[in-house]
Amino acid sequence: MNGKLNDILKQLLERCAVSMDASVCGAAACEVPSGFFSDAGKILKAAGFRLAAEWASDETLFGRGFGVYAAYIEGRDHIVIKSLLPPDDPAFPTLTRHFPAAYRMERQIASLMGLKPDGHPDPRPWIRHEDWPEGVFPLRKSFDGTKPLGRVEGTYRWVSAEGEGVFEIPVGPVHAGIIEPGHFRFQAVGEDIINLEEKLGYVHKGIEKRFEALGWEEAARLAARVSGDSTVAHAIAFCMAVEAASGCVPPPRAGHLRAIMLERERITNHLGDIGAICNDIAFTFLHCQFATLRERVLRTNRKVFGHRLMMDGIALGGVAADLSDDAFVAIIDDLHVLSIEFERLVRIYEDNPSVEDRIYGAGVLEPDAAKALGVVGFTARASGQRLDARIENPFPPYDKFPPTVPALSSGDVHARAWVRVEEVRESSRLIRELIREMPEGSVRAGWSGPLSGLSGFSVVEGWRGEIIYWVQCAPGGGINRCMVRDPSTMNWVALEQAVKGNIVPDFPLCNKSFNQSYSGHDL
Amino acid sequence: MLKILHQIFRTGIVTEPLDPAEEAKVTLAGAGLEKAVRKRFRRSAAIRLVDAGSCNGCELEISATCNPVYDAERFGISFTASPRFADILLVTGPVSRNMEVPLRRTYDAMPSPKLVVAVGDCGYNGGVFGSSYASLGGVGSVLSVDAYIHGCPPTPSDILNGLLRVIEG
Ligand code: SF4
Repeated sequence: MNGKLNDILKQLLERCAVSMDASVCGAAACEVPSGFFSDAGKILKAAGFRLAAEWASDETLFGRGFGVYAAYIEGRDHIVIKSLLPPDDPAFPTLTRHFPAAYRMERQIASLMGLKPDGHPDPRPWIRHEDWPEGVFPLRKSFDGTKPLGRVEGTYRWVSAEGEGVFEIPVGPVHAGIIEPGHFRFQAVGEDIINLEEKLGYVHKGIEKRFEALGWEEAARLAARVSGDSTVAHAIAFCMAVEAASGCVPPPRAGHLRAIMLERERITNHLGDIGAICNDIAFTFLHCQFATLRERVLRTNRKVFGHRLMMDGIALGGVAADLSDDAFVAIIDDLHVLSIEFERLVRIYEDNPSVEDRIYGAGVLEPDAAKALGVVGFTARASGQRLDARIENPFPPYDKFPPTVPALSSGDVHARAWVRVEEVRESSRLIRELIREMPEGSVRAGWSGPLSGLSGFSVVEGWRGEIIYWVQCAPGGGINRCMVRDPSTMNWVALEQAVKGNIVPDFPLCNKSFNQSYSGHDL
Repeated sequence: MLKILHQIFRTGIVTEPLDPAEEAKVTLAGAGLEKAVRKRFRRSAAIRLVDAGSCNGCELEISATCNPVYDAERFGISFTASPRFADILLVTGPVSRNMEVPLRRTYDAMPSPKLVVAVGDCGYNGGVFGSSYASLGGVGSVLSVDAYIHGCPPTPSDILNGLLRVIEG
């Protein structure tokens, strides 16, 4: 533990009656009396920490009430603050006063676990839709997750705007294209958006509850399906959390193979999305070109990993299968063609005035706003926040092979696309290096479930941004609680800010440039 | 502009003949449509996609059917934004409880005759998500399904082959 973290802990000790909590593996953790939950956040904020996740756990099986947890990150320091709450009438002081990022996470805790965030400005439910029956909290142990929920009458109170010429446009949940569902409500004057409110939760399929009913291997399969476009990243994050809690260290070769898959996932998604942005500005030529290039990478995936999206390639303790030398040659050859073609397309993209016209200055997320909202991933990097879990939480092999992380400050559609252009280049370089320096040896360590009561915390940089898992082992062996924090949880709210003042027809473009996961958010 | 033209000539035509699928990847269920109607869908089937709770993996592969390599449009298959124009309802995912009503509404908004095709293992029986308080399981629990295309996710060729089998009988 370094000096800075010690300093913070000393302050917490003096002011919040903190005690160290050794049950959390993978991050420093301490417990504070629930009355100090928000004060601890304030101290951490003053020290420059950001709120990265907030969640709750039903700890009845351990003979106590509920736990409410908050994870804070500053540079390489990660700290988890926990408070215990009584089983009856559980409440905790809200963090929203210090961290706007807590806004939806606490609504979610209240909706699904039934803990009350005292002083929270918005009592409306989140994820839980208005037609859910009163008083059911799916994440509680007393709730039987296998039975269907009833449906009741109810209405959602939308934020409204009044005034001359103000009108509302509701969009969704079923959208026009081949995309996931969610509801957007715009208030506009003429073509200008004056406010956007999102309502999500449509694809909530009870993933976190489902984890608790599964064995470890099945749970890893589920983690790989939290958000299909980030299957590798989610699977790595889940496995890393469980491995941290069970003291398992995957062999070095497995680390390299995991990173190769993670970077390939980054490349495919970036290619697809840069193309999709071109499509949204009616430059279909580049859309087709990028889609063809992406298809090429997917086919190599299938040849080398046996699956186009590399699903289930990650396993607890390492990876599911080793690669042969021929496979590495195929990857290198593929990268060679990819790099040449990619640079050609990028030159066309850069040279085109009509592209420039649409993407510069559209959907600006100011650096201050990005920081205040706790935005992560390429969205943050496009708004001046140089955050990347591969640097901040350098899990192997990134400790030895750190990426160069690009950052821009204009925060517009262009910046979000350009950061991704740079990242395609950097990921290609990384993959080549990882293959060149490939260690010999096995690809999977022996693995046994963690001890009851221990929990593992992990942070992984997927293509969309930082993914966090916290997995707590139940008495008797299974999963007591698996908390999933997709980057979209942090970034959805930023889209609301970024579209203000843009025209309604530019919304699809702005939205595409963020490309958040609905499934990863709704769980 | 020259660069664009140059790239177009360099690329040529990348569209490939469709790989025939193995039989087992599609399950035909339900009564389907009369032959005469199906004949009309042939070479012109408009699809409305509803993600009823998928992990978005199936969406990625459905989108890929429209890329230049698979080019779904050459078979007359196109995706439409409005259910009013749609002949086929393509559904992905287990049906989440929160999407049940929007899914039914989309189906009701489509003109008859219409077909329902469920894509992915989740659409078949809920997949890894199973049935729970938040998931109603497969698409069959909500709508009468004419065909299931299996896979997690099915590949673009599986999806195209599945659709063609449904349309052509
Ligand atoms: S079938 Fe697989 S890819 Fe498709 S939605 Fe289900 S989990 Fe995702």
